[in-house]
This record gives sequence, C-alpha cells and structure tokens, in this order.
Amino acid sequence: MTQPGQDARFFQRGKIEEFRAELQAAETKDKKFTKRRTALKKIVANITMGNDMSALFTDVVQCLGIPSLEIKKMVYLFLTSYGRSKPDQLHLVIPNFLQDCNDRNPLIRALAIRTMSYIPLPLVMDNLSENLRHCLKDRDPYVRKTAAICVAKLYAADPRRAEKAGFVELLRDLLLDSNATVVANAVAALSEIGDRQDGVIFKLSLPVANKLLTALGESSEWGQIYILDSLLRYVPEKNEDAEIMAERIIVQLQHANSAVVLTTIKILLYLMNYMGNRQLIDTCCKKMGPPLVALLSSGPEVQYVALRNILLIIQRRSSVLRNDVRVFFCKYNDPIYVKLAKLEIMYRLARSENASEVLAELQEYATEVDVDFVRKAVRSIGRLAIKVESAANNCIQVLLELIDNKVSYVVQEAIIVTRDIFRRYPGQYEGIIPKLCEHIDQLDEPEAKAAIIWIIGQFANRIDNADELVDDLLYTFLEESVEVQLALLTATVKLFLYKSKVDRTKELVHKVLKWATEEVDNPDLRDRGFMYWRLLAINPTVAGEIVLSEKPPITTDSDRMDRGALDQLLLHTGTLGSIYHKNPETFIRNATARALTDSPALNAHSRAVLIPVHRAPLPDQPISIPGPGPTEPAADLIGSTSEAPPQPQLETKTELPEPPEDEEGAKEDEGSANEDEDEAPAAGAPKDPYSNLDGAFGSYLADQPRPMGGNDDDILF
Amino acid sequence: MISAFFIFNQKGEVLISRLYRTDFKRSIADVFRIQVISSSDVRSPIITLGSTSFFHVRIGNLYVVAVTKNNANAALVFEFCYRFIAISKAYFGKIDEEAIKNNFVLVYELIDEICDFGYPQNSEIDTLKTYITTESVVSSIIATEESSKITEQATGATSWRRGDVKYKKNEAFVDVVETVNLNMSAKGTVLRADVDGHIQMRAYLSGTPECKFGLNDKLVIDQKDRGSIDAVELDDCRFHQCVRLHDFNASRTISFVPPDGEFELMRYRCTSKIKLPLRVIPTVHEVGTSQVQYTITIKTVFDNKLAATNVVLRIPTPLNTTTVDCKVAAGKAKYVPAENVVVWKVPRIQGGQECTLTATASLTSTTTRQVWARPPIDVDFQVLMLTASGLEVRFLKVFEKSNYHSVKWVRYLTKASGSYQIRF
Repeated sequence: MTQPGQDARFFQRGKIEEFRAELQAAETKDKKFTKRRTALKKIVANITMGNDMSALFTDVVQCLGIPSLEIKKMVYLFLTSYGRSKPDQLHLVIPNFLQDCNDRNPLIRALAIRTMSYIPLPLVMDNLSENLRHCLKDRDPYVRKTAAICVAKLYAADPRRAEKAGFVELLRDLLLDSNATVVANAVAALSEIGDRQDGVIFKLSLPVANKLLTALGESSEWGQIYILDSLLRYVPEKNEDAEIMAERIIVQLQHANSAVVLTTIKILLYLMNYMGNRQLIDTCCKKMGPPLVALLSSGPEVQYVALRNILLIIQRRSSVLRNDVRVFFCKYNDPIYVKLAKLEIMYRLARSENASEVLAELQEYATEVDVDFVRKAVRSIGRLAIKVESAANNCIQVLLELIDNKVSYVVQEAIIVTRDIFRRYPGQYEGIIPKLCEHIDQLDEPEAKAAIIWIIGQFANRIDNADELVDDLLYTFLEESVEVQLALLTATVKLFLYKSKVDRTKELVHKVLKWATEEVDNPDLRDRGFMYWRLLAINPTVAGEIVLSEKPPITTDSDRMDRGALDQLLLHTGTLGSIYHKNPETFIRNATARALTDSPALNAHSRAVLIPVHRAPLPDQPISIPGPGPTEPAADLIGSTSEAPPQPQLETKTELPEPPEDEEGAKEDEGSANEDEDEAPAAGAPKDPYSNLDGAFGSYLADQPRPMGGNDDDILF
Repeated sequence: MISAFFIFNQKGEVLISRLYRTDFKRSIADVFRIQVISSSDVRSPIITLGSTSFFHVRIGNLYVVAVTKNNANAALVFEFCYRFIAISKAYFGKIDEEAIKNNFVLVYELIDEICDFGYPQNSEIDTLKTYITTESVVSSIIATEESSKITEQATGATSWRRGDVKYKKNEAFVDVVETVNLNMSAKGTVLRADVDGHIQMRAYLSGTPECKFGLNDKLVIDQKDRGSIDAVELDDCRFHQCVRLHDFNASRTISFVPPDGEFELMRYRCTSKIKLPLRVIPTVHEVGTSQVQYTITIKTVFDNKLAATNVVLRIPTPLNTTTVDCKVAAGKAKYVPAENVVVWKVPRIQGGQECTLTATASLTSTTTRQVWARPPIDVDFQVLMLTASGLEVRFLKVFEKSNYHSVKWVRYLTKASGSYQIRF
C-alpha cells in the first residue's frame, strides 16, 4: 500500500490574498516545488469547500510551467472548475494545452484533450478541434478512447460545430476499432448524441451489432454496459437474428457487475419480442431468474434497484421467479425501502399454492415497528384475500386477530381492506361486521372512516342498530373531509332505502340531504345530494332499485399494468424509469422516450399492444452554447412531450390473426393461463366495470416510490 | 450519465466535489444536504426532484453521492459508488473522513480517471496503481515507453493484469467463504435457508498465468433437474470479469488469467441441502405482564474436530425491561439496555456440543398495552474448514509459459453475521 497522505490540514478556509502571496513567495527557493504544491492543495481544498477561488486564475495558471504531473493535474482541475467563468484569460493557457496535446506521453495527450473538452468555450473548442481529430486516430488506444468521450462533450456544448467538423463520422469509424475499450466509449458517445432531441440518430445494422458483440468479450465491465445498452438500437428483421443475438449475450448474466446483469436482461426482454422460438423464450426466462435472485445479495441499494425491476419483469413474464417467493421474505434488518419493495413482489407471486406461507409472513410483519411497513403488510393481507380465493378465509381470520391488538393504525388499515373483501366476496363474510363496529371510535383517518361508513350503509339491512350508528357518525358531518361526507351521504340514503318505515331514518336522510345541498361548497357533494334527493322525490322504489342494485364483485385485474405499457417500460430496465415505474419522458426533462420498433419479426401480440412514441418536432429556436447555469428548454417542448401517447384502438384487436395455439400454454394452471407471455389477451376480460378505474385499487399503490416536485425544479438550482 | 460526484461527511460538509457536466452548479450539494443528510427520515437511496436524481450510498459516516439529470442506469451508478469505495479501501486501507481528507488530491485524480464526462472508465485497482500514485515524483517522470505499456493495459483485453509481474515463490491462496442466511419460524420450521458464497483468491503468480479451477458443483438452472447425488447444486454463480464466460457456458470450466494480488473470483448461491452448522432452540414465556423467561439452547451440528468461534447471540427483550438475570454455562451474557437485547458471547464451541442460557427479564408496568413485536434472535458465528453448502475445491491448475512450480492453498469458512435469524 502507498504511504498515507497527511493533507487533512489543508481543509481550512483561506483568503484569496493569502494564497496569492503564498504562490508568489514560492516562486523563489522552491526546491522540488513543495511550497507551490502545498499552496495549490490549499486552493483545491477551498474549491471543494465551496470557496470561490476564481480570482486566483492568473496566479494558478503560472504554475503550468512546472514539470510536475501532480501540479499539472491540480492546475487542470482548477481550470475545469473556473475555466468557463474566465473566458477573457483563457488564452493564457492555450499554449500549454497545445503543447500537451502533442506530448510524446499518451497519458499527457489524453489528459490535455480531456481537460480542454471540459471547458466548453469557443476559444478552447477552436483549438481543440484540430487536435481532437488527430487524437481520434492516435496510435495509442488510451488516447482514442478519451477522444471518443471528448466528442460527446463537444457535441453537448455545440452540436452543429461537432457535426460540421465531421466528428460524428469519425466516431462511427471508431465502432470498428481494434480495441474494445475504444469501441465501447465510441458507442457511449454515439448513444448520448443519438438520445438528444436534436442529435444525429444512432441506429445499428446487423453487421455493426455483430461487430460490437465481438468487442463485448474484451471490454471492461462498464464498456459491456455501453455496448449491451446500444443493442436497443438494433431492430431484428428476422426471428433468427433476434434468437442468435440472445444466445450470444445470455452468458453475460453470469457477470459480477449488477449493471451488466440488468442491462443484459433488458436486452433479452427486448429481443424476446422479436423471437419466434418458444422454447428459447422459455429458456431465457428460466436463465433470468437465478441472476435476479443473486442481485439480492448485493448492497441494499442495488437490491432495491433489482427488486423494483423484478416487480416489472414478473408482471410481463410470469414464469420468471414463479416458484421463488421465499427469497423475497423480508429480513428483520433489511432497510425499509427493501422491505416495502419485497412486500409488493410477495403479493405478486402469491398463488393458492403458496398463499399460506405468504400469509404467515405477512402476519409476522404486521407486528413490526415501522408504521409504513406494518400498514403495507396489513393491506397486502387484504389484497391476498381478494386475489387468492382459497386464502380468503385465513386472511379474514388474521385480520380479525390484528384488529384485536387494538393498535390504531393497524385497525384502520384492516378496516379499509375488509371493505374491499366484502366487495369481492359479497354475502360471505358479513358476520364479522359487529366486530368491526366495535372499533368505530378508534378511527380517525378519513379513508378508514369512509370504509366503515360504506360497510354500515351497504349492509344497513343486516345491522340492527344501523340507524343509531349513522346518527352518531353524522354528528360531526360538517367538520368531516369530503371523502367521509360523500360516504356518509350515500350510507344514509342506503339506510333510508332499506328501512324507510323507520321515522328516524327519514329524519336522518332529510338532514343529510339538506346539509349536502345547502351547507357544503364541494360541487361533487352538492351534485350527489341533489341527485339522491330527486331520485327519492320522484320514485323511491326505483331509487331503491338503482342505489341498492347488485354490483359486480371487484377483482385484482386492475392493479396490473397492461402489456403494451409494460413492454415500453421494460425498455428502461435498470434505469430510473424502472425504479419509479414511469416512462422517463414523463418526469425527466428531455429524456428519451422508447418504444418497440415494428419489423417483420415483431411478435403479433407485441405489435397489437404497441404504444408508439412520437418524437417531438425540433424546436424552432437557434441552438446556443450553454453558458454557466442550466439552460431552459422552450416551454412548448415540455408540453408536447408530456402528452399522453394515443391508445391503440380497441377494434383492431379483433382483426388480429390468431396466434398458433401453444399446447403447453393451454395446459398451464389458472395462475398463469391468462397472463402467459404470448397468448392473446383473455377474450372479454374487462367484464368488470371497475377494472379500468384507477380508484378501485389506486390507494394501495399510494406508497410507491415516486419522483418529487414538478416543473419548478430548476428554480432550486 | 453521472453529472456530479460528491462525498459528504455526517455533518453535511463537502469533502469531494466533482462536477462532470455543466448542467449543475456546486450549490446542488446543498439540495442533497437538505433532502438527505438533514432529514431524519430517508426512505430511499434514490431521491428524484424534478429531473434531478440523487443516488447515495452510506459508508460509515460518509455519504458517497452521484447526481444525474437524465434517465440514468441506476444499477450502474450504484456499482460505480461501490467501486469507488473499494478503490479507496485499496489505496488508503480504509474509507472514512480522515482518509478522504488526507488524500483529497489523489481522490480527485482517481475520480477523474475512473469517470470521464460521467461515464465510468477502467477502474481496475491493479492497473490504476501503476499510474496514479501518491508519490508524485514517480508519476512526473514516467517514461513515455512505460506509459504506453500502461495505456495498453488500461484499455486492453486483460485490463486487470500487468504483464511484468514477478515472484520468487509462486503461490495462490483460495478462500471459500460462505455466509449462511437463515430465517426460522417460531415453530422451528425453516422459512428460508441459503448460502451466499464467494471465492476470494490471492494470486502471487509470475508472468501471465492461465488458471483452471474446478469445484464439486453442478449448476442447476431448471428446478426439475435437481436430485442428483454428490455434486453441490448451485443456483447461480457470477464471476470476476477475468473469467471467460463463454468457456464456462460451453464446458463448465472456470478458466482465467487472474489479476495480481487479491480479488473475488466468483460468487454463488446455493439453496438446497444446506447444512445448518448451529441449531438454536428458544423457549420464551411471558409470565403475566411483569416477567419474561428465556431458555435458549445452541447446538453445534458438525464434526467434533471443528469448532464454531466468535459465537454471538442477540436475544431481544421487551422495551420496558428493567433488569435481566442471566445464567450461562459457557461464555458471557449481558443485558444491553440501549438496544433492548441480551448479548450472549461464546468464544468457542466444539462440534457436536450444546450450551444453554437461562434468563429472566423483569418488566416495569406500562400504561400502553402495546404488544411486544418479538424481533428474531440473531446469531453470528464462524466455523473454519466447513462449508454449509458442502462445496469443495477439486483442483486449481496454473499454466505459464515458463512452466514454474506453484503452491496452492485452500481454506474454507462458514459464517453468519446479521443474517441468521430465529423467530420465537
């Protein structure tokens, strides 16, 4: 090991004049340049601490003449920090830069162009251009790989200049370089350029894609990621092309770097849309499982990324990890974000075969300390009951036990899910209502309150003292939140319709209707109030038939993303979009939207649900060089990119050619029959009128991770 | 890609700040300080504000932070942070505020080398050490010829190894280290038992040696294939980038040119036929509301020539515990009020033995009758020369053109730390 440094003492705030004096004093009698090195270290430490040192520009630049690499690197660091803010003094350093660009030592040549390209000013760029052209053809691979990234920097600063100078073509040439690291960096640079809305489009043909795959084996792990990632730019024209490529990259699943693994999975998932060989698709799915599980022994941060992605993948490819629910059981000391993500996956993987195991775990979690985790565990118990009919009885039992513990937030959560269980299995569990009603006084959250009120109203005919309960609850009507008020209004009306003979219910309904229409400002509440009032006034019998009519039971279909959206989202596997389960263009400014590209090889069903992306038209404004600070994109641009893509028309589905029926697929059990990969969407699935309503299950996903803030982010910076 | 890289201490002071792109000013660091370091409740390693995302990894008292403004590859960003931490440890022996501050100029050099414009570059420690050093004198007079050698290596197909390594005695040490994860229910059924293994290698071999490595493994991809005899079934394995994945895929041989010195050759996971080295049998009774009685027995289930060392049990007690009276036959047990646990340490237990702790916790009466969550008992231990999965190294062959003799050593270790949990 190298000798430990002793530089912590330089972390002290200093004044510009002191440093200047120190540098000047050091010009004489500075053996081995120790004094100037010390002064520069102090300056770098001050830059780190956020002290503006730009006033020392001329003094620091003087040190460039010193033949010491360490000093040179510190001066270059200074230049990358302040070069942009001193356009009038930069000419002082240009000669040094040019000298270094032609140094015999390749490390120095690379350092020079790397530093120059970090200072995006016309003067520097002018001088860089010619040298960069040479460096892109340098005989040393280290210089070439550095030059490739320099082109991306130049392009970011001034796209038109970079195009005019022909750098993009030179980068393309590097794709065929003999050195894998150079190839990988060229791919990274071209990808970045291609992702810009005004950039040169970067697409891969089969020969080039194959050439890149040859470089894959010799690349560093990072290089592999850049190369694999770029394969999304290749659109297979034939099933076999996609299949051969998948077979070539599948070994990368064994790589130690989680980003290589996830990027490989992204490409495999992408290629599967273009594959015809069902057996190979199954093999890919099988081989994907173990590496995904292995990611769970990485650091918690990578675990989190993996879990959020697994959640997406299993929704699209249900055979992945199908039998592995146990590996997602939470450890007591997992960080909370890992636990919450695991819980969601446990629910997704639950089937009648493993429901009791999952339920036992959930019950365990429901007594832990973290409030969010406990709540989510309780909700999951309810969702499990709704999803797996055979487990419903046991789930109810567990919920009742939990309610007995009388922990306020557990009770409230349990009541909310019980309401949904009633909606799923009408007429089966109403016997527990009295038990729920014991806890009415404990409920202080609107959602829980609204839930119990709904239960009372819906089953008012079977609760003897329903009128008393409603009367009590109405006591605070005017102070309640709208959610509770709406529930109270409906419940009172139902109560009246069930028990119209009782005088008290008449009084109550009259009181509520009057409040709702006269005392409350909320338009929804008023409208609903008037609607009920008129219904009741015109014909109470018909009103009863309408309000109390039988409603179809709810299902869990609605909390699954539809396939087209999943296909699109999976093109972002491993990225931020996959963490938040949102297409990046919806929350990141200028982010590139992706979609499957149609080709003869594209699977018929993938095509049917394909959501195309509209590339936003180029803004009509001149491209300017960004000065210090963020550049504001034009407002209309944001508007046009965030628009929802048009949904595919429903009728087209019926005209689709039926896919060759796969025997195995047909035999599979109910758990996967309708979610199986390439089967047609189950005919007439959306019979359930609630299935497309966000509200039915939206609240379960309320604790999803999501990006914060909206359009005003740039005010911060 | 990564737009900025920071290191903060616990107080939120910036120790390292490197902006790779012009889309941020340094003041972005303040946003992270407010959102994460000053916040009492951080519930995600990624925070996204508008288009800006902060990725952070906590290591000791430091925050290693990367900031992005695009749809960044999250796995890549975290792997980069992990790699930075590994490099710091290799360079400075540790990573903490002191180490970073004492070497901040070197840290700047490193992060400029391993990341260009936000794109991670070659980060092989062995190669970096050849041209980024603390001794500035050396780096200033690197001869051009030598530089070319370095650049070739940094971009080459075996970027992890120098060609000119020489040793008097050629040796290779292989450590098979297995971490057992156990989750046992209160009824004594195993909810989850698996092994995370890694094979650590220290190679002190001259020249460019070609190694072949063999295990008694059998990689099982399809669950249906299970059930063969003596071979250990691995669910999955992942390799250091020196291992030729195509060779492994075609013929199951692990062949590679190793980096010089220490590296992790392989990671694997095994879930079937795990031999749990320690059994823990807890009996816990709540006597009314004032007392909890514990009888905890540990049994070592392995060859009596081996021994479990550094056995530490952490036995949770209710939050309103006042005192705990412990009796142990071996080791020492102590109640730690700050963590609400009884810590029972036994330095050594020979195989095939058992020892027992009996304890009584006295509770104060509380007004809120909150149910005790009963967190699991956590056991840490180490057993040398044992693998819970049954994995063994069959051979390690070294081929080099000079045909030297090499000595190989293999060690096994099974351990648990924070992942061996028994509910009660």
